Amino acid sequence: MIKLKNITAGYNKVEVIKNINIEFEEGSITSIIGKNGCGKTTLLKTSANLLKPFKGEIRLGDKDIFSIPKRELAKKLSFLPQLRAVPNITVYNLVMHGRYPYLGFSRTPQKKDKELVQKAIEDMGLNQYINKNIYELSGGQRQKVYIAMLLAQDTDIIFLDEPTTYLDINQQLEILEIIKRLKEMAKTIIMVVHDLNNALSYSDKICLMDRGEIVICDTPQNVFESREIDRVFKVISSQVTLDDKTTKQYVFNLK
Amino acid sequence: MNKNSKSYNVAVIAFLLVLLIIGVFMSISIGSSKIALSEIIRAMQQGDTSSKVYRIISFVRIPRTLAAVLAGCALSVSGAILQSVLNNSLASPSIIGVNSGAGLFSVLIAAFFPASIYYTTIAAFIGAFVAVLLVYFIAKATGASRMAIVLSGVAVSSFIGAMTDTVLTLKPDAVMERTAFLIGGFSGVTMNRLSFAAVFIVIAFFIALILSYDMNILALGDESAKSLGLNVTKLRFIFLILVAMLAGSAISFAGLLGFVGLIIPHVSRILVGYDNRILIPVSALLGSIFTLLCDLLARVVFAPFEIPVGIIMSFLGGPFFIYLLIKGRRGQLYD
Repeated sequence: MIKLKNITAGYNKVEVIKNINIEFEEGSITSIIGKNGCGKTTLLKTSANLLKPFKGEIRLGDKDIFSIPKRELAKKLSFLPQLRAVPNITVYNLVMHGRYPYLGFSRTPQKKDKELVQKAIEDMGLNQYINKNIYELSGGQRQKVYIAMLLAQDTDIIFLDEPTTYLDINQQLEILEIIKRLKEMAKTIIMVVHDLNNALSYSDKICLMDRGEIVICDTPQNVFESREIDRVFKVISSQVTLDDKTTKQYVFNLK
Repeated sequence: MNKNSKSYNVAVIAFLLVLLIIGVFMSISIGSSKIALSEIIRAMQQGDTSSKVYRIISFVRIPRTLAAVLAGCALSVSGAILQSVLNNSLASPSIIGVNSGAGLFSVLIAAFFPASIYYTTIAAFIGAFVAVLLVYFIAKATGASRMAIVLSGVAVSSFIGAMTDTVLTLKPDAVMERTAFLIGGFSGVTMNRLSFAAVFIVIAFFIALILSYDMNILALGDESAKSLGLNVTKLRFIFLILVAMLAGSAISFAGLLGFVGLIIPHVSRILVGYDNRILIPVSALLGSIFTLLCDLLARVVFAPFEIPVGIIMSFLGGPFFIYLLIKGRRGQLYD
């Protein structure tokens, strides 16, 4: 369980998020949504301890997150940035990077590290690409390789910054299904999502942000019914039921 | 053999080691006067310090060979580290101003404290470190984009170069052979001048080897590296110190030798890929071999006259590098 108390954070002394109080539930998917520049990524990075807040407290379980050594923390939290360097290495080597926090001084992977890397690659269905260079893969495949790296990192909490951006619709849905599977592995997922329909359809909780503050943080249904999305994004949202009469989707129109 | 496999890497290293050993022997035996290997061995065994062969070998050829090996290794490894740590294939100690920083401080020491030749290495290291920090902070202030790093490097480099030129204009006799210093070369290198720099280079090289896996993690980008538990700021700072130690020491005895630090890491990457654990040693070996070869040519092409090795290096390296760039573009090696 990770809990933010009175967090104010930003860059170069400019406050981007203000007085944030939030608790991310274990074993669930929380999506942070909001307009561009409202502080979604800042909130995500601060929660993952990649950005030091100006003030406030973050607790991981019963510990203050700042008191946990970097490597120990890396065994508890993992983070997938939105923009990434595409290193010129093989899939296997990249996924092995996920084991970095567990390696000893010689940085030599042990049997357990190799097994976990192999399993992560299999879980993501990447077996046939294991010795391929990342450069040779499509955007969707690269994303899976990175998620495999996070799996190898073996943390309970996973932060994802816009995991589906730049992917075509098929790859987007595939990645979202994978994220659902991560949840089934008892992981806690906290992600920033741009596509509102995806966010509302795949999450257990939605955190809607506006101008550096959290407007509402609740189940997708409750957030939808609050009409706050309509106010913040200046749209009219509607819920539609698909032909199968069970799946609900969301559509948005300009006001 | 599968490229990037363990056996392939071992084969490459073994092959390069053999080449290096051949190069060392050639460098000791060939020069303005050619001395046969058997004669060298005989002279060294007899240890007659008054014999001409013994004197040439121990006071000219061996220091010179060592200098070429060390400088080539140091500059290539420092280039490889810079390119990896700054995530920029254009980075090299010469382009980013590290060489000119080291050059300025060596010239300053030579001009104002001519007696303290032993401090040249330290001065060169400090100069290199100041330059690399300057570039790093300017680039950071401008957003640390890949372009900003190269551009600020070019600016810092030419500014420091102007300062060096000023010192050399005011004190023309500060460095014994001014052109040789600016172009880079190994004539007149003595064991005394080498010894201190050699220790610096060897230490920095081994630290780089130890940290080579962390360098791979750093190449993932700051955020990924941080979330994997790497102390990014500290590590980057250590690498910049290593870069300054390597390049600064080499400059202190070899002058402003530039090209090797840019092209050798690229050639090494084509050979063995991007894994720094193998890239660092391969760059070291290849850099030494290339520098030895260039120095050998510098000694023999116009014998008995000698041209600074920097000239040969650019004559050979320039066209070769352009060839690589064109070829690399086809294979989309560079974005």
